[in-house]
Amino acid sequence: MLEIKDLKVKLEEENKQILKGVNLKVEPGTVHAIMGPNGSGKSTLSYVLSGRGGYEVTDGSATLEGNDLLELEAEDRAAAGLFLAFQYPVEIPGVGNMTFLRTAVNAQRKARGEDEMSAAEFLKVVRAKAKTLKIDADMLKRPVNVGFSGGEKKRNEILQMAMLEPKMCILDETDSGLDVDAMKLVSEGVNALRDENRGFLVITHYQRLLDHIKPDVVHIMADGRIIKSGGPELALEVENNGYADILAEMA
Amino acid sequence: MALDDRKLSATEERLAAMTMPEVGCTADARQAALARVRAMGLPGRRDEYWKYTRPDTLVQPKALPAAVFDGDETPLFDAIDRLKIVFVDGVYNAGLSDELELEGVQIDRLEDICCQKNHWAEDLYGTLETNGQSPVERPLAALNTAFAGDGVAIRVTGKPSKPISLIYIHDAEDSDVFLHHVVRVENGAEATILENGPAAARFNKCMEIDIADRGALHHVRAQGRDHERRAATHMFARLGQESVFKTFTLTANGVMTRNEVVLELTGDDAIAHVAGAALGDGDFHHDDTVFITHEGVNCESRQVFKKVLCNGATGVFQGKILVKQSAQKTDGYQISQSLLLDDDSQFYAKPELEIYADDVACSHGSTSGAIDEDALFYLRARGVPHGTATDLLTLAFLAEAVEEIEDEALADDILTRLEGWLTRRRHG
Repeated sequence: MLEIKDLKVKLEEENKQILKGVNLKVEPGTVHAIMGPNGSGKSTLSYVLSGRGGYEVTDGSATLEGNDLLELEAEDRAAAGLFLAFQYPVEIPGVGNMTFLRTAVNAQRKARGEDEMSAAEFLKVVRAKAKTLKIDADMLKRPVNVGFSGGEKKRNEILQMAMLEPKMCILDETDSGLDVDAMKLVSEGVNALRDENRGFLVITHYQRLLDHIKPDVVHIMADGRIIKSGGPELALEVENNGYADILAEMA
Repeated sequence: MALDDRKLSATEERLAAMTMPEVGCTADARQAALARVRAMGLPGRRDEYWKYTRPDTLVQPKALPAAVFDGDETPLFDAIDRLKIVFVDGVYNAGLSDELELEGVQIDRLEDICCQKNHWAEDLYGTLETNGQSPVERPLAALNTAFAGDGVAIRVTGKPSKPISLIYIHDAEDSDVFLHHVVRVENGAEATILENGPAAARFNKCMEIDIADRGALHHVRAQGRDHERRAATHMFARLGQESVFKTFTLTANGVMTRNEVVLELTGDDAIAHVAGAALGDGDFHHDDTVFITHEGVNCESRQVFKKVLCNGATGVFQGKILVKQSAQKTDGYQISQSLLLDDDSQFYAKPELEIYADDVACSHGSTSGAIDEDALFYLRARGVPHGTATDLLTLAFLAEAVEEIEDEALADDILTRLEGWLTRRRHG
C-alpha cells in the first residue's frame, strides 16, 4: 500500500534536513504507529506525504499502490486515496462544513472518473455517518471548524475520513487536545473504518491512543529516521521508560 | 477661494461641451447646481479627495468609447418578479419597460415632474446633493443635477409587492450618460429598488433618497459586465427616525468606477448598512467613497466593503464616519478588506472617524492580504483542486458583504454572478 524508501527531506527556505532517510512499508489492513520525541520529524513526514508546500525532497521515494506520490499535487494524492487527519484542523470562515464535504467528495469522484453524488444521496450518507460521531446538524451547517472545540474538530476530521473513504489514512496526533471520552469516540470512528483493504499510519506521543486503536506495528522515530520497529509492546516500553533507553541503545 | 487656472479651464472646457436639458420645474435647481460646479470646479488630480483615483477620464469633455459586452449570460435578477424600468444609453425606453404602476408606489419620469405643478419631487431634486457638498465637495454630483437628461421620481407610500428594478442598457460605444433619480419613502413605507447594467460608456448617476420616519429602503445594485465602461455615481440619503436603509453594490469589471455614498442619519434610532463587493481583473480601478454623518441618537451604521483584485487591478476605499455632538449612543462599524490574488494588485484604504459625542461605540478595520495558504492546503488535501479551492475561499471572503443583502433570492442571484465571474477568470 504505502511504501516509503530512504526519504530525505529538507526545509525549502533554510538548509535544514528534517528527514534523513525514512523507510516504511504499510500493508493493506494494517495499522502502523509512529512514536517519537518532539522534533523527530513525525509531522513533517505526514505533511510531505500529503503534499504540503515548504519542503524539498532531496532523495528517496514514496508510493501509494505504486503511484509516485511525490509527483502528484496535493489534491491528486487525495484522489489517489491518501488522507491526512490534521493535528490542527484549519478554520475556514465563510465555507459551510456541508458545502466543503460535498465539494471534496465530488471532486475526488470526478478525479477518479466516477459519478458525482447527488445532493439527496450525499445528505443521507453524511447524516448517518455524522450521527455515529455525535456530530449534530448545527456542526454540519457551521463554517468549517469555526468555533469548534478541540474535540469537535477532531471528530470532524474523522467524519471527512469516513465520507472520503481513503485507502491510506495518516492520523497526525489525533489524540492531542482530546479528553478521555472524546478520544474514545474518535477511536471508535477510526476503528469502524478498519478493514482489510485500508492502511493506517497513526502518529502519536502517547500509548493511550494505542489502547483504543490497536496497532500491528510500532515505529520509533528520532532525528529524522525510524530507529526501531516492533510490536505493540514497544509502545508500552516507551510509556514506561520514555525514549531515553531506546535512544541510548541505538546510539 | 478662486480656482486655479488649470481647474478653471478644465471645468469650463467640460461645461462648454454640454447642453442643459429643457426641463421646466427643475430649471432653478439646475441653474443653482451649475453655479456650484463653477464655484467648486470639477475634480482634479491634485484634489485630496481624489488622491487615489484619477478623475481625468470622468471629467474630460468627451467620453472614451467602451465596447458593449457581448455574451449570452442571463441578465441579473431575471427570475425575480419585479417592475422593470429600462433606460437605453440613458434614455427611458417605454417599450422595454413595464407600466409604471404598482400599488404602494408612485413612479414618474423626471420630465413629468416638470409638467405637474407642486410635484413632490420638486423640492427634493438637488436638495440632498446640495446638503452633501459639505464638508466635502462632490462636483460631479452637482454636474449631474445640472445636466441629467433623464431619471425617475419614486415615491413609496405603502409596501409594494415587488421590487422596482432600474435596468441600464449600454448600446452605443460612445454613450455619455447622466441619470438622476429621486426617491422618497414615506412614513412607515417600505420598498426594494434594484439597479443593474453598465448604462453607458461613461455613466454619471445621482440618486437622492429621502426616508421618512419608520420608512425602509432596500437597495441592491450591480454595475454591469462591460470591461471598458466608466462610472461616477453618487447616492445621497437622509434617514428619519427609526428608518432603515440597506444598500449593496456588486462591481465586477469596469475600467473605472467611483461610487460615493453620502448618508445622514438625522432621526433617532435609524439604521444604515452600506456594503459592496468588487471584483477586478486587470485594467480595473474601483473606488468606494463613503461619508456617514450621525446626528440622531442611538443610530447604527455599518459599512462592509470587500474587494478581490488580480492582474494589476486597483481598489480604493475612503470611508468616514462623522459623529456629531448630538449623536449619543451611536453604533458605527466599518470594515474594508481586499483579497489580492497576486503581487501586482493594489488596495488603498483610508478609514476615518471623527467623533464629537462622548457615548459612542465606533470601530473600524482594514486588511489586505492573500489567500490563506493553510486553508488552501486543507481544501486541497481533501481533494479539492487548486482552482476550485481558491474560488471557495474567495467566495468565503466576499460572503460577509453579500450577507448584508436581506432578501435570500437576491443574495443567491448575486452569489451566482460571483461564482460565474470566478469561473470565467480561471477558464479565460
